[in-house]
Amino acid sequence: MPVNAGLATLSDHMFTWSIILYSVALIAYCGEYAFGRRGKVAATSPERELVGAGGPSVIKVGSMSGAKAGGSDRSRRAPQAQRFGRLAVAATVAGLAVQLTSLALRGAATHRWPWGNMYEFASVVGAAAVIAYLVVLVRLPQVRYLGMFLLFPVVVLLFLAGTVLYAPAEPLVPALRSYWIAIHVTTISIGTGIFMVSFVATLLYLVRRRWELAVEAGRTPTRFPVTLGSRLPGTDILDRMAYRTVAFGFPIYTFGIIAGAIWAEAAWGRYWGWDPKETWAFITWVVYAAYLHARATAGWRGTAAARVNMVAFATMIFNFFVINMVVSGLHSYAGLT
Amino acid sequence: MSAGPDTPVRAGDVEPSELSTQPAPVRSWRGGPVAFARNSWRRLTSMRTALVLLFLLALASVPGSLLPQRPLNPAKVDAYIADHPGWSRILDKAGFFDVFATPWFAATYLLLFVSLIGCVVPRLRQHAAAMLSAPPVVPRRLERLSSSASFPAAGAPAEVAADAVRRLRGWKTVTRTEDDGVVTVAAERGYLRETGNLIFHAALLVLLVGVAAGKLWGYQGTVLLTETQPGICNAVPLYDSFRPGKLVNGSGLAPFCIDSLDKFTADYDPNGTPSQFRADITYSEGENGAPQKDTLRVNHPLRLEGIRVYLVGHGFAPIFTVTRPDGTVLKDISAPFLPVVPSTLLSEGAVKLLDGVTPQLALYGTFAPFAGVDANGNMTSLSPQPGNPGVAVVVYQGDLGVDSGAPQSVYSIDQRQVASGALKEVASAQLTRGKSVKLADGTQITFEGSREWATIQVNHDPGQTVVLGAAVAIVLGLLLSLAVRRRRLFLRIRPEDSPDRESVDNSEPVDGGAQAGSDARSVVAVGGLARTDAGSFETEFARVVERLRDSPPVRKD
Ligand code: HEM
Repeated sequence: MPVNAGLATLSDHMFTWSIILYSVALIAYCGEYAFGRRGKVAATSPERELVGAGGPSVIKVGSMSGAKAGGSDRSRRAPQAQRFGRLAVAATVAGLAVQLTSLALRGAATHRWPWGNMYEFASVVGAAAVIAYLVVLVRLPQVRYLGMFLLFPVVVLLFLAGTVLYAPAEPLVPALRSYWIAIHVTTISIGTGIFMVSFVATLLYLVRRRWELAVEAGRTPTRFPVTLGSRLPGTDILDRMAYRTVAFGFPIYTFGIIAGAIWAEAAWGRYWGWDPKETWAFITWVVYAAYLHARATAGWRGTAAARVNMVAFATMIFNFFVINMVVSGLHSYAGLT
Repeated sequence: MSAGPDTPVRAGDVEPSELSTQPAPVRSWRGGPVAFARNSWRRLTSMRTALVLLFLLALASVPGSLLPQRPLNPAKVDAYIADHPGWSRILDKAGFFDVFATPWFAATYLLLFVSLIGCVVPRLRQHAAAMLSAPPVVPRRLERLSSSASFPAAGAPAEVAADAVRRLRGWKTVTRTEDDGVVTVAAERGYLRETGNLIFHAALLVLLVGVAAGKLWGYQGTVLLTETQPGICNAVPLYDSFRPGKLVNGSGLAPFCIDSLDKFTADYDPNGTPSQFRADITYSEGENGAPQKDTLRVNHPLRLEGIRVYLVGHGFAPIFTVTRPDGTVLKDISAPFLPVVPSTLLSEGAVKLLDGVTPQLALYGTFAPFAGVDANGNMTSLSPQPGNPGVAVVVYQGDLGVDSGAPQSVYSIDQRQVASGALKEVASAQLTRGKSVKLADGTQITFEGSREWATIQVNHDPGQTVVLGAAVAIVLGLLLSLAVRRRRLFLRIRPEDSPDRESVDNSEPVDGGAQAGSDARSVVAVGGLARTDAGSFETEFARVVERLRDSPPVRKD
């Protein structure tokens, strides 16, 4: 069936609009961050917080995990920050809706699942990351302003998708005309999006950790990005956010790889052949597995585990950009010429 | 994070031991080789070693994706070695061009798996013991757990405990009575986490076994079949290429024949993208099986008992008619040409006429399914769809050198024969269908058109089903081990008049039900903690407490 050019163009416009809306959200998150006052509080004194119901009060740097802590934190925020925060979330949701419409229109224009090349795949990953962030937000409303740190890479990714990686709406080669594309690519991209949220949480964890070390040692951090630490949630909350997202994304990513293997068995005659993309999926999988193990190993918890998380994410990005664009393999559907 | 003597136990402070693969410490034996072996074993099976091995495994895979690999593309490896003569030889010796078959790669994953067995087996024992044994003794001061609550209840402690146990459906409970009349209930659930974790690790082992079975007893044979030409049977020498597993000696392959490739069809979208490839074949299964028909398509192999048949490639074979000077007509002279431009299927190859003609005759050149002319006047192909087939060939006469016994590509001619003068270029021509070229000796060569060929792959992998089963178990095990949380709940129920050791929230009004009849009253202290990653334990705890205090446990009307 021929490609419906009208729908394809509309999809492209919607894609641009989603980037614009995300950018608006990004700016609004920055506003929330800038007007948020909790940074000052945290910077001047270690937080005194009541942890646990009925328990004695404890002094603990960076523990902000209890529901009470979140509540008191929110009430401490300036009203402007609240307004910016709500605008940011509204723009994020609107951006997501527009982006999903863009994907749906591309699917309608080409009569296929709209994730057959790098542009489309990157778009799905961006959408998955935003959805994962919104889900985290429902559970941990106090981390709302972290949206800024997530939307920044999302906007960069979508910008790259719309420029360098862009591929016009076209039908797929026969190998991709299979229902497995819906299973394999969907799960892989959801996993990737979730890992992206985990990566952001980990990066912030490392920043906050250095800030806490400095504050504990009685120094006032002056160097960027450590200075950001004063306005970040405590390391325990960031660590938990990083862990839970990986714990959620890992089975999905695993399933995605297995679905790829099942598809490969039908498409290429073997379930596994160490094609470069397969090899890097394997590497990513192994390093995320190492992260989960590191978090349960004495001496590896904390910073070391966080570094493993960063490496794991780096291998995934490497797989997407370098393997797709530089190394050729069976799995070359990038749609780039 | 460390919980000092006076900090309350918070979920995050509890060791996430459920993920830990470290077995319980073993009693150390004194000196000697036994101790050494024991220590080495302990070190190998420690979590830290497993972590290091995981990293090594990831690292060892990297060259396998960045350097060309023999099993994927031997020609690329040869080109790479030719381009980097010095160190590529060393790399080659160390197996860097076939990383996944090297001893060092195997050593990494085998060590990892030994380490894995080393921790799965003791954990299996521990887990079985944990499932069989009772939850631990209730601690004295429940308010120091991450979640705690306390409320009064009607009835004597033993009655309240019995009722609580009834309400704690899904929890494994044990009721104990202490000396001072206090009754405790310890409850635990979430054993599935460890079960899932063990399933996951065990499934990894099974996966490895399945993969190994495929590598040892599997095979892969590839053959190029041209439409209307005879097919082949499942025997090693008949394949164009055959990749046996380590223990496949080549005899006794499953009896199976592809009798012929009846027709190959490529469908195209209006914009020229291929939409589907189809190969209609006739095959027979078993000894003297009856011929059957099937259509192989991309993503749709033919699956038979123990064998899978795939369509993996296609191309064209130009057809010529050669009329000798004496008038004899040799019809249907044809050979498959290999695509050199995948998008337009411009192909290259050679047609050799060896028997019944002296001197021997060869055509070497390109074939275009849809011939056009490029800026330099040379033939190109405009489309992969066979609308206007054309050939641009150089005609050679002389000795092709095939009798020398040296192997020769069927897709090209031996240039040494040309260099030595044994084979001479006698003409060159660009022909469309029906056009001919006449040689000086009167031979006439007519281009008749083309037919399609398809490469068919026959695969056998006895481990595949095991691998699939293991993969499913891996996902299920992961889901359980990452989604389920192991959590404990403790109840300490004391008679209301006993000394108030617990810090009870006395502002709580006594339940209406408590006044209803029973004289005995109790105070229930509840504490709970999630042993791994607290998650939404707070919510669950609140719900359980609600359920426990919901209605008066004992009613005497
Ligand atoms: C063992 C087999 C496979 C593995 C491990 C695997 C792994 C992956 C991974 C990790 C990605 C993420 C994308 C990226 O980083 O670029 C991906 C994407 C994708 N896979 Fe697979 N895959 C397998 C088999 C297949 C098969 C058989 C097909 C189709 C014939 C396929 C089609 C795709 C497509 C279309 C994408 C998204 C577009 C793109 O990134 O180019 N995969 N796969």
